[in-house]
Amino acid sequence: MTAVLRLENITKRFGSLVANDGVSLSLARGEVLALLGENGAGKTTLMNILFGHYVADEGRVEVEGEALPSGAPHAAIAAGIGMVHQHFTLADNLTVLDNIVLGTESLWRPFQKSKAARARLQEMSMEFGLTVDPDAKVGDLSVGERQRVEILKALYRDARILIMDEPTAVLTPQETEILFETLRRLVARGLSIIFISHKLNEILAISDRVMVLRRGKIVHEMPTAGADRHILAEAMVGEKVTRPKAEAMEAGAPVLTLQGVSLRPSSGGPGLSAVDLEVCAHEILGIAGVSGNGQVQLAELVSGLRRPDGGSLSLFGEKLSDPSPEKVVRLGVGRIPEDRHAEGVIGEMAIWENMISEDLRAAPISNKGLIDHKAARARTEEQIARFDVRCPGPDGETRLLSGGNMQKLILARALSREPGLVLANQPARGLDEGAIAYVHGQLLEARKRGAGVLLITEDLEELLALSDRVAVIYHGQLSAPMEAKSVTPRELGLMMAGHDSKGHGAESDSGGAAA
Amino acid sequence: MRLELREAPPIWLAGLAPVLAVAAALILCAGLIIWAGESVFEAYALLIKGAVGSRFALTETLARATPLILTGLAAAVAFRAKLWNIGGEGQLYMGALAATWLGTGALDLPAFIMIPFLLIAGALAGGAVLIVPALIKNKLRVDEVVTTLLLNFIILLFVNYLLEGPMKDPMSLGWPQAAPIVDEGVLPKLLAKSRLHWGMIIALIAALGIWFVMRFTVWGYEIKAVGLNARGAAFAGINVNRTIIRTALISGGLAGIAGVSEVAGLKGYLTLDLSPGFGYTGIAVAMLAQLHPIGVVVSAFFLAGIYVGADSMGRAVNIPTYLADVLVASSVLCVLVSVMLVRFRIRRG
Repeated sequence: MTAVLRLENITKRFGSLVANDGVSLSLARGEVLALLGENGAGKTTLMNILFGHYVADEGRVEVEGEALPSGAPHAAIAAGIGMVHQHFTLADNLTVLDNIVLGTESLWRPFQKSKAARARLQEMSMEFGLTVDPDAKVGDLSVGERQRVEILKALYRDARILIMDEPTAVLTPQETEILFETLRRLVARGLSIIFISHKLNEILAISDRVMVLRRGKIVHEMPTAGADRHILAEAMVGEKVTRPKAEAMEAGAPVLTLQGVSLRPSSGGPGLSAVDLEVCAHEILGIAGVSGNGQVQLAELVSGLRRPDGGSLSLFGEKLSDPSPEKVVRLGVGRIPEDRHAEGVIGEMAIWENMISEDLRAAPISNKGLIDHKAARARTEEQIARFDVRCPGPDGETRLLSGGNMQKLILARALSREPGLVLANQPARGLDEGAIAYVHGQLLEARKRGAGVLLITEDLEELLALSDRVAVIYHGQLSAPMEAKSVTPRELGLMMAGHDSKGHGAESDSGGAAA
Repeated sequence: MRLELREAPPIWLAGLAPVLAVAAALILCAGLIIWAGESVFEAYALLIKGAVGSRFALTETLARATPLILTGLAAAVAFRAKLWNIGGEGQLYMGALAATWLGTGALDLPAFIMIPFLLIAGALAGGAVLIVPALIKNKLRVDEVVTTLLLNFIILLFVNYLLEGPMKDPMSLGWPQAAPIVDEGVLPKLLAKSRLHWGMIIALIAALGIWFVMRFTVWGYEIKAVGLNARGAAFAGINVNRTIIRTALISGGLAGIAGVSEVAGLKGYLTLDLSPGFGYTGIAVAMLAQLHPIGVVVSAFFLAGIYVGADSMGRAVNIPTYLADVLVASSVLCVLVSVMLVRFRIRRG
């Protein structure tokens, strides 16, 4: 096998942190190499070095036997490296064709060579089986289609090596299948692919060879054929981590009831239409859905950030008129927001300031408008110890915490007051395996104690592992809840794409249309 | 070149940076002095002498610093909440106007009631002016930079109209000025034969008060939280709109007090040249102090010294006093750059 790409001894340090430590890898023509590792293992840093966004402190990159100049994305593109980012880099208000051509033509040319570009795009679509309408606005496309535009964009620039950074994070299981078919077709045409992921089953399904990164080092490398979940999971985490399992439990009285709740669509989000939902004590109700189908709005309602335009929301059997975050917290709702950095904490404030942010106006934290620093500090120290937040101390700056520790801070704030209802919105997103196990354990602990948990997640594995009942949200409508034991990921996937649970589409085969 | 966030900037660096920045500004402006054909050392020596070299110079600098502390605090508090109040100048004049309206004979009160009364009235007037842009910002998302800035001109022209018309002092020999503040309303002098008055004490108390509020109170916490991450603050249960309104009242109020202090302490009567841009310079004071209330006091002294010193330097050697403006502007720029360099390190590649 000839190596189309070779990385030799790449080392990259950020201050005292060694993000990549002597990493070497080679990629053969027509090969899918999976790069597996937890968040912070150094996958993204390595790819950014390859792509010229960072300059390595040591080591070299060779494409087809020629050294690639470091720190020059243009050189990487010219050498045939294409990158499909996890967060798409497309302009929503431009057409597919414009997006693909963008950046390949001189700024000084008054007119696009759109005829030639269109012909070329059509040719590529045919060859690789990536059909998209060149004149559609990117904003109107589904997530799966957008990803196809990203791939086409790379191919249009003659990419021979495709780097896919967590490509399946935003896809339904069906869309993932379609993506895999596409990737297989690309590989058959002689492209090489580096597939970055921390999802084991996907790596087993798509890759030829797998390399595991841990703390910046390659700790494991093997052909995928000889690997299984357990080997990879252990290599990735470095120790055996088992996620906790839910024990059977009898559900109690309802703690959260939504009756016919509707919400008008607002900028950039769907509304909710006639949502009925009930979460009971000792129960975890899971909400599945592709992101952008109303999860944000549902979470805002339960967090007290928005009031319903119609219908009623009751907490612990009492109708909540005039909701506010403060009131909701006071009534006994513990909230774990979707976006830790944007909503969960105020990054530039100290850890103790974030720990007390929800108790700010109540004794013992404050008295007559004065903050009792001593009480606040004592509370923070107690919580840090109880929830095992690894930090320099109460005065540390919150933004410097790792994702897992920041989430523990939020868990400590939300759960320590023993809320009767827990809203957990993507509680494990972006966390490593150890932290995920911790978060799941805490949610199950809350359930055991008697809380009801509303779990909103895009991770079906997490959803099915924790939930007693599940419902699917699609275009602002919530399905009837189902027993978690009796549904399969495949059924959920179909419902997430807008079909009913049997797979008969209310819409004309839209999941398939993404094919 | 790229910027990399430093994980934990060393403390000595954070303390040293502003000093180095001001030194850099002085060196930059030395170029202008050389261009004007004068000796750099002589010019700076004259500037320092003019700022602090005599009892007169020192009291002048302190008198000049008084309104700058107050307008600097006004900007610092507002900017903490990311309420970009550029309207300090207008709020200052509204405070002065309120003091003129109530303090030129409309009321007859003993001094120990009259002075606090005028201060409160001025603060309310200044605060009320900033409430309007704050409400429009909350309800309609209109950028307060534009509204507060433009309000300055409306207020200045309004004051101009009053001074030419209804409020014009008949005894003023035709000058556009209002009647003098009654004796009970005048802020006493701190030192005989100087222009330094009780406004300085009020400004210092205000600085301590704001420091206390920002550090120890729920209000201060809310102002900081809203400024740093409004979405996160709202999620935690802080009423963002209410915090913005409260911040506007405090900020506008401080600028209003600056107006009262100038009209009742320094000038004695309202004219259109009551403030040579104290409201705007307050922004520079706050930026130089990195929005810290105690820092505001220091930076107000520093800027006042430059202005007063440059005046005196301009009389002695052939350098235009505009050098003061250039010095202040380059100091602020240098400090802002130094703040960035403390937070980030520059890396090649």
